[in-house]
Amino acid sequence: MRVGGLRRDWGRRLVLAVPYLWLLVFFLAPLLIVGKISFSESRIGIPPYEPLLDWAEEGFAIIRATLQNYVLLFQDDLYVEAYVQSLTIAGISTLLCLLIGYPMALGIARAPEKSRGPLLLLVIVPFWTSFLIRVYSWMTILRDEGVLNHALMGLGLIDEPLVILNTDWAVYIGIVYSYLPFMVLPLYATLEKLDPTLLEAAADLGAKPIRAFWSVTLPLSLPGIVAGSLLVFVPAVGEYVIPNLLGGGDTQMLGKALWDVFAQTRDWPSAAALAVAMLVALVIPIALFQRIQTRMEEEGER
Amino acid sequence: MRRSSSLITAMAFGYAFLYAPIVLLMVYSFNASREVSVWGGFSTKWYAELLDNDAYLNAAWLSLKIAATSATGALVLGTLAALVLVRFGRFSGRLLFNGLITAPLVMPEVILGLAMLLLFVALEDLIGWPDGRGFTTIAIAHTTIGMAYATVVVRSRLAQMDDSLEEAAMDLGARPAKVFFLITLPVIAPSLVAAWLLAFTLSLDDVVVAQFVSGPGSTTLPIEVFSSVRLGVSPQVNALGTIIVVVVAVIIGLATWLASRKKR
Repeated sequence: MRVGGLRRDWGRRLVLAVPYLWLLVFFLAPLLIVGKISFSESRIGIPPYEPLLDWAEEGFAIIRATLQNYVLLFQDDLYVEAYVQSLTIAGISTLLCLLIGYPMALGIARAPEKSRGPLLLLVIVPFWTSFLIRVYSWMTILRDEGVLNHALMGLGLIDEPLVILNTDWAVYIGIVYSYLPFMVLPLYATLEKLDPTLLEAAADLGAKPIRAFWSVTLPLSLPGIVAGSLLVFVPAVGEYVIPNLLGGGDTQMLGKALWDVFAQTRDWPSAAALAVAMLVALVIPIALFQRIQTRMEEEGER
Repeated sequence: MRRSSSLITAMAFGYAFLYAPIVLLMVYSFNASREVSVWGGFSTKWYAELLDNDAYLNAAWLSLKIAATSATGALVLGTLAALVLVRFGRFSGRLLFNGLITAPLVMPEVILGLAMLLLFVALEDLIGWPDGRGFTTIAIAHTTIGMAYATVVVRSRLAQMDDSLEEAAMDLGARPAKVFFLITLPVIAPSLVAAWLLAFTLSLDDVVVAQFVSGPGSTTLPIEVFSSVRLGVSPQVNALGTIIVVVVAVIIGLATWLASRKKR
C-alpha cells in the first residue's frame, strides 16, 4: 500500500463490501433458505411451510426438521424418472452441441484474421434476440404441418409428415439451438490460441491432417471442450421453457417438475427438496466450471 | 492455413441452423394467413394487431423499466466486483467471493427463481419488506443475475488494461477515486456499454425467474409471450420477434460501426 493511508483503506473496504454484501444477501442467503425449507413440513397456508424452529412456552426451542420431502422424492417414480431424463437429455444435447459447435469454432479460428470477428459476431447475434421467440419459431417449423415437413414432402423425401414436435427430438433441437453460442465461444477461445507451428511440425513429420487433429488440436482444446460442455450441460439440466414448448407429455424434466410442484401443488418444501437434489447432481460440474473459469481469468490477468 | 471443404460445409450448416428460425419468423410475420405453413399473401395486419394489444404493450413497458433498472444496478455492482477481483490481489474471503460471482452464470434458472422467491417471502415475514411481489422483486433478481455477467465482461477488459497510467497518476498524488473516474473509467467505457447491454438483454429475455418472483399485476413481456405461445400458434408473436430482431440488428450495426470508426 502506498499513499493515502486510512482514507484509501476505507474506500477499498467500501468497494469490496457493496458487491460482497449484495451477493451474500441476494444469492447465498436464498440458496441457504432453499436448503432450510427442504427440511420443513409442508402445510396449507401462507407461507405453505412450517417454521423449522418453534419456541415452546417454557422457552425451549423445538426443531421440527423432517426428511420426508426427500423420502417422498425417491419414492415417487415421476421424480426419479424426471431426474434420470433431465441428466440424459442434457447429456445428449451437450454431445450434439459439441459435434456441431466444434467444426464451427475450428473453422472460425482457421479463417483469415479479418473475417474471424464478423464470423464470431454472427454466432453471438442470435443470443441477443429473444430466446423465447426463437424457441417458438421452432414450434412452427417442427409441427406436423410445419415448414420442415412441407419442405421434405415437397422434395419427395418423405410421404408422411415426421412427428418431431412434442418428442424428445424437438427438445434436443431446441437445447442445441439455444446453447450453441455458449459452446462455440470457449472452444474458439482455446483454438485461436493454438500455436499453428505445432500443426506444421506434425505435418513435416508426416502426420496426415486427420492424425494431426486427433493428436494435436483435440487434446490442446480440451479446456475449451470442458468449459463449453459445462456451460451447456448445467443449465440444460434445469431447462424449463424448452421442454415445456417443444417437449411432449412424456418428456419429464426437473425444471418443469419443480415449477409444477411449486405453482400447482403449492408444496414448497418438496419444490425446495427437488432444487437441492438438482444441485447435488450439479455441484461437481459447477465447481469444475468455476476452476476452469478462474484459471482462464487468472491467465488473462497475469 | 488450409481449410478443408468438409469444415466449410459444417460451418455453413451451423450458421444455417442458427439463422433459419429467425429468417422464417420474419417472413411469416408478413403472412396474411394464420396458418404458418400456407402463404396467404403479404400483410402487415399482425403488426397492427400487436400495436393494438394493450396486454402486450403494458407488459413491454414494465419489462423495459425492469431491464433498465436492473442493468444499471448490475453494471455498478459488476464493475465494483471486477475491480475487486482484478486489482485487490489476495484477501480473505476471495475464494467465496469468486465462487458467488461465477455461480449464477451456470445455475439453473428454476433454482435461482425458487431461491429468490423464498428469500423475499422470508424477508417480508421478518421485516415487512418487500411488500408483495412485482417490479422491485423482479428487478432485484435480475440485478443479481446481470451482475455476474457484467463482472465477466468488465473483468476481462480490466485485466487487459495497461495499469501504468493509473500508477503514474497515483504517484503524482491523485486519490484512488479520482484515478478511477478520470483514467480507468474512460479506458474501460466500451466494456461498460457492452456489460449494460448484456444485462439489459438478459433481463428483457427472462421468463423463468420472473415467473417465480412476479406478483399479480406485474406481468412482464416474456411471461405474456410464454402464456400465449403455450396455447399454440400466435402470429402476433412473429411480428414481435421481427421487431426485436430488427432493433438488435440496428444496435449491433451501430456499435460495430462506431468501434471501427474509433480504430481509424
